[in-house]
Amino acid sequence: MTDAQPASVYDLAHADQPESRATFAVLVDNEPGVLHRVVGLFAARGYNIDSLTVAETDEKAHTSRITIVTRGTPQVLAQIEAQLQKMVSTRHVQDVTRDPNGIERELALVKVRGSGAERVEALRVSDIFRAKVIDTTHESFVFELTGASSKIDKFVDLMRPLGLVEVSRTGVLSLQRGVEVF
Amino acid sequence: MLVRTDRSLVPGPPRAFFIALNLVLQPTFQAQARPMTAHQTIEAETTTISGAEMVVRALIDQGVEVLFGYPGGAVLPIYDALFSEPRLQHVLVRHEQGATHAAEGYARSTGKPGVVLVTSGPGATNAVTGIVDALMDSIPMIVITGQVATHLIGTDAFQECDTIGITRPCTKHNYLVKDIADLPRILHEAFHIATSGRPGPVVIDIPKDVQFAKGAYQGPTEVKHAHNYAPRTKGDPGKIAEAVALIAKARKPILYTGGGVINAGPRAAELLREFAELTGAPVTSTLMGLGAFPASDSKWLGMLGMHGSFEANNAMHDCDVMVAIGARFDDRVTGRLDAFAPTSRKIHIDVDPSSIGKNVRADIGIVGDAGQVLEDMIAAWKQRNLSVDAAALKAWWTQIDAWRARNSFAYRPDTKLIKPQYAIERLYELTKDHDTYITTEVGQHQMWAAQFYKFEKPNRWMTSGGLGTMGYGLPAAVGVQMAHPDALVIDIGGDASVQMTMQEISTAVQYDLPIKIFILNNEWMGMVRQWQQLLHGERYSHSYSSSLPDFVKLAEAYGGVGFRAEHPDELDDKIREMISVKKPVIFDCRVTKEENCFPMIPSGKAHNEMIMAEEARDLGSIIDDAGKRLV
Repeated sequence: MTDAQPASVYDLAHADQPESRATFAVLVDNEPGVLHRVVGLFAARGYNIDSLTVAETDEKAHTSRITIVTRGTPQVLAQIEAQLQKMVSTRHVQDVTRDPNGIERELALVKVRGSGAERVEALRVSDIFRAKVIDTTHESFVFELTGASSKIDKFVDLMRPLGLVEVSRTGVLSLQRGVEVF
Repeated sequence: MLVRTDRSLVPGPPRAFFIALNLVLQPTFQAQARPMTAHQTIEAETTTISGAEMVVRALIDQGVEVLFGYPGGAVLPIYDALFSEPRLQHVLVRHEQGATHAAEGYARSTGKPGVVLVTSGPGATNAVTGIVDALMDSIPMIVITGQVATHLIGTDAFQECDTIGITRPCTKHNYLVKDIADLPRILHEAFHIATSGRPGPVVIDIPKDVQFAKGAYQGPTEVKHAHNYAPRTKGDPGKIAEAVALIAKARKPILYTGGGVINAGPRAAELLREFAELTGAPVTSTLMGLGAFPASDSKWLGMLGMHGSFEANNAMHDCDVMVAIGARFDDRVTGRLDAFAPTSRKIHIDVDPSSIGKNVRADIGIVGDAGQVLEDMIAAWKQRNLSVDAAALKAWWTQIDAWRARNSFAYRPDTKLIKPQYAIERLYELTKDHDTYITTEVGQHQMWAAQFYKFEKPNRWMTSGGLGTMGYGLPAAVGVQMAHPDALVIDIGGDASVQMTMQEISTAVQYDLPIKIFILNNEWMGMVRQWQQLLHGERYSHSYSSSLPDFVKLAEAYGGVGFRAEHPDELDDKIREMISVKKPVIFDCRVTKEENCFPMIPSGKAHNEMIMAEEARDLGSIIDDAGKRLV
């Protein structure tokens, strides 16, 4: 009749259920300490943060948009959403991953060092990924790449044997397709 | 910032008051390194008032009558504003933790928010225990903390601490007020947040310069709240219809109620009784929910959980429809989760959406206020002309009566020594006809009080459930007695717990609060000793209360009255005497030293694996290693 519950009272992760990745977009009142509230909530309850981006997005309404990528079982993800919603500073929470209209994008800066054939190959791959070269020396490139996180992962993988030395990523940003707004 | 100067818009104290206040404040202003801004200078000549005065005004506008606090450097302006304010009674505690628990007791026994006023640094940190306690037990509380002046924040100034950082995870919300213009809004918003939805503590940290700064005050209806916080109180009608249909079909229903019913107000308790009457379902409750359903009702099964009754726990285990109302499936209630009510469909009603599905999956989750949802469920039941399966219910009650016959709270009586259970039984019998309020500390005595003291009405039982704070009961009794001056207020304590906040008896003496501190003195931290006996091979590591004070003399030293009872024959007379004394009392009730609290669900076990008193020899062999790791 009901799902089996975990054996231990502390085993709230429902270990028998598979974990999945989820992206939450959280619209919060932009006030001092609001990021600490969100991060503190994750830390105190033992949730993971894979990436987090935050910036003020509406100066007039004093709202910031926080995009958090996390992992967990369906039960944990539901709990994360409920806990985020519960914060007084929260205006809106959206599970972007489960929303068919959710768009997720990430920006990465990738430094590749090399010469000769490897250098040519790196440039060729960057072209396929529509990455921009934003800096170059005789032995290096810095590429700028945007896209889904999986695309950036793939690009980084391909660059690794071609002299990848440094990666900087923004973390995921999200928005909904269509005319609807938060 | 726009300052409203129109006198008609901003009602304030007479002008003479401001002149006086300005005179007082002038030297301090000069002492501050920060120059006054232009508008502050202008405001001083208009009808604007100081931040400190705003605090006092807002408290009065919010209907506050009593606040509990302790002065210090960073709140002196507020204390100054309180000095000649007859509408607010300030209760001076002896330690800030006492102020928070007193505010909790006040709140729990009245349904109104408790208000605390403390200084910066140690004042704020000492208040933290009570703030967490209020968060865990959903008690509406406003804590106003002084803070060093804004220009000193972050400089490790004297008595500075990051109050907002420290209290962020242990409040429902908190504020640091950096601009006087925000103060009226924040004060009123704090009351709204603390008292609505799932109640909880809100901290307002006010730097000293903001307390001195002047601005225009706005009343509760004038301010515009900055947050779009709006808890849902009305349950979803579709889910309510589904829920009542499920309950009507139940063969073995049970109502599992919690503190949420108490928080929803006395009307919710009446509706609970009506709903139980309609459905014929047995009712059990968490520790926090005691009193919401009358213990004299035949449908009452007693408390459930680790030290709950045999009938309550077995009925929970075997039920086919469980209706959780304002309860949060705490580990002390559920025991082993994968064996928790395994054959039941669960309806969970809670005002906090994050409580639903947190520990136990709900088949029907209804977000709403316990009272409102109960009202709607009763209406839905009547509208659909639903009826119960009488034959099935009869069989269910026959089963429950068989469990009841085990008499799980039974203990072996003693003619020479006072059994702790006997002491509570006698206390109940001799106080039940009075207007009685009970608070407790934490430990064995708390569980015995929950088992043996029978509550008929809500708001009569104040205990630290979630956090389990030893030292809660005495200051909580102070708060209760402030709210109910003519009532009989009894703190049922243990010899160890009560010493954690013993100094608050001095507060009781100062304010003529005739609280009764009824100590079940077994010279042990009883619950620790019990676990060490049953789970740690009788190695009693640091759980013996050595060097106990003479509690009778202690009471006298504080200006109260002390009693001691050592023999069962003298207990009744001494309790009667205690009741008749109109002064703070410490009652040293010497009880048997090694009594254990039973029945008990051992850690990591299910509801139907309760250990009864006569079976308990060596729990170490019953609880597996995984269970021992649990608290």
